[in-house]
Amino acid sequence: MSKLYTGAEIVFKCLEDQKVEHIFGYPGGAVLPIYDELKNHTSIKHILVRHEQGAGHAAEGYARSSGKPGVVLVTSGPGATNVVTALTDAYMDSVPLVCISGQVPTHLIGTDAFQECDTTGITRPCTKHNWLVKDINDLSEIMHEAFKVATTGRPGPVLVDIPKDIQFAKTKYKKPKKEKKLNGKSNNKFSQKQIDQLIDLLKNAKKPVIYSGGGVINSGPKASDALREFVELTGFPITSTLQGLGAYPGDDNQFLGMLGMHGTYEANNAMHDCDLLINIGARFDDRITGKIDEFSPNSKKVHIDIDPSSINKIIKVDLAIVGDVTKVIGKVNKTILKKKNGHSRSNKSNISKWWEQIQKWRGKDSLNFVNSNDSIKPQHAVQRLYELTKDKDTYVTTEVGQHQMWAAQHYKFNKPNRWMTSGGLGTMGYGLPAAVGVQIAHPEKLVVDIAGEASVLMTMQEMSTAVQYNLPIKIFILNNQYMGMVRQWQELLHEKNYSESYSEALPDFLKMAEAYGCKGIKAENPSELDEKIQEMIDYKGPVIFDCHVDPNENCFPMIPSGKPHNQMILGPNDQEENKIKGKGKALV
Amino acid sequence: MPKSKSAYSIPTKKEKSDTYIFVVWVDNEAGVLARVVGLFSGRGYNIESLAVAEVDAVKNISRITIVTTGTLQVIDQIKLQLTKLVPVHKVAEFKREDKNVIFKEMALFKIVGKKKKMEKCLNACKKFDLVILDETKTSKVFQITALRRQIDKLSKKLKPWGLISASRTGAVAMTRGAKIFN
Repeated sequence: MSKLYTGAEIVFKCLEDQKVEHIFGYPGGAVLPIYDELKNHTSIKHILVRHEQGAGHAAEGYARSSGKPGVVLVTSGPGATNVVTALTDAYMDSVPLVCISGQVPTHLIGTDAFQECDTTGITRPCTKHNWLVKDINDLSEIMHEAFKVATTGRPGPVLVDIPKDIQFAKTKYKKPKKEKKLNGKSNNKFSQKQIDQLIDLLKNAKKPVIYSGGGVINSGPKASDALREFVELTGFPITSTLQGLGAYPGDDNQFLGMLGMHGTYEANNAMHDCDLLINIGARFDDRITGKIDEFSPNSKKVHIDIDPSSINKIIKVDLAIVGDVTKVIGKVNKTILKKKNGHSRSNKSNISKWWEQIQKWRGKDSLNFVNSNDSIKPQHAVQRLYELTKDKDTYVTTEVGQHQMWAAQHYKFNKPNRWMTSGGLGTMGYGLPAAVGVQIAHPEKLVVDIAGEASVLMTMQEMSTAVQYNLPIKIFILNNQYMGMVRQWQELLHEKNYSESYSEALPDFLKMAEAYGCKGIKAENPSELDEKIQEMIDYKGPVIFDCHVDPNENCFPMIPSGKPHNQMILGPNDQEENKIKGKGKALV
Repeated sequence: MPKSKSAYSIPTKKEKSDTYIFVVWVDNEAGVLARVVGLFSGRGYNIESLAVAEVDAVKNISRITIVTTGTLQVIDQIKLQLTKLVPVHKVAEFKREDKNVIFKEMALFKIVGKKKKMEKCLNACKKFDLVILDETKTSKVFQITALRRQIDKLSKKLKPWGLISASRTGAVAMTRGAKIFN
């Protein structure tokens, strides 16, 4: 007879078989048997966070920078409810997470027991799937299926809720089954015919644009390689969503920059005026499309996505290809090469006029800002950070707000998995714990959280985690004393009524750094910025960098008030010109 | 609504809504109905009626029939979102006007009153597979099967004749002929 294991042992045997090396968690009454078992499994390292939300975001950072699923371990009740924000965040941004939560013993479920909550009920809408394990004999299968569901198809979070008595109960362990089909849930159903249709569209396009998204990153590094080859073969311009940055080199000439609400003038105008729009692994989010009725009115639209429910959800498309980006684009590239017999550059003349038009738009220099010698402009700070870290294979996380958009606009990413930001849910407080997770996955790399002072205070407690594990994360705070994006919207859309967006009593970040036992650096003057940033990079340990920036700076360009792509507000230079014509005011 | 100041756009084109019937085969496990119903409420889809029961005890499969309304785009989304749920095996959807599909709903009516009025009620229900389940001198409980709108009409009509309680199932559906859903 094979050996009997406790539920807690089975949890770890499953984690070992799934090749898990790190788990992020916080102990509590209902998971104590699992924590008790931790010492017997040396291949798995537990990272103790300071709040369960931090565990979730750290696991997200870990997953997004490494391509492996992030694992979270929390207790019942408050442990589980605290992790809900992170699960929702992961669900919106398609990040594979496996969350294991303790639950009160089976016989107490439903009695309002101490630290009981309906965890599977609460997390049902924010996970791909969840399980309440009521029978010890189901545990190993559920654990293996959890990893499968989290990592296949469009990735996402899952949760396994394990009552305490199940953690003690004993049964045999079952190894993961090889390649079980998940009700056809993983999709690769495209045909050569669809590929040929796409090739036809490519051939006839005069004003094409490629719009790539986070799906390319999620599909793995090979997808980025395939995308680069595709862009080279076609000669088409490419723009990217917030989540897709890094899939295509940010400093390449064919790259138009990010599109959407704070995207570049050239990217958004190309989207509006194009005759062929190729969406690769993006989802026509409302921050991308602007006004739906006037979204890219004259184009044929192609959508490549692994999730069939993303197709025709918001924008109706002419050709939908359901499949994994790596496979689809790989096939497209092969077909192009075959059809052209090696003469791969022939249809580029078709689109030379289009490129001329794009160059004109580029001439607007829409990311431009008025620099200053007296105060640090936040855009300038991001640019300097980029210049001083670009040769280091740097990993960047962000919080949410103006700083996030400035980071996306001015930091150029050349590789996938180097940019971790909360896009779908827009979770302030994401960046610091995410940086913890990234640094765990890449101990030797430089990890910077480009932060805002308001966001970072939401999860500041995780500095303790960074100090405990000696994780040299750099928290680069663009401190403008405002919830900047809120302030910007109030200025532009709510008659400058700055309701509750000013932070009256900010902490002294230098003293805070000292209190946590890490290094604090402060910069207030543009002349000292480079030197201070260098000091931050060179320091071997966690740093809180308090960068005082101009509090009145706004993030431009911007698509306002449900407007289409071709009606953007540009930066101050352009507004100056428009003021004379009275046009700028009308737009706001 | 005042003019939007936010970045969200309000759609200006209005599309036509139609009534559809979804048939969903699911694993009969704890919480599966909550997943399906939660998907509808969470994404703002409407449920007009719902019928669910196990149909295969060996394979542990339940069949859920949902009547809903929506534009073509919304109906497509409902189908694709349902298909994504892990315990969902297959999903079929039909327009209510589809001649190849039979839709039926059952209702139990309780009538209390004088004999004459009760007779009137029974007459009105005759053509809907009337079955009398319980009788006393002053009351009758009977069962009918019909379409949703027929039952709607009947219960209106029977009210003045002594209908004091009505209990209705959701619609269930089956294709005509030898063909089955796929």
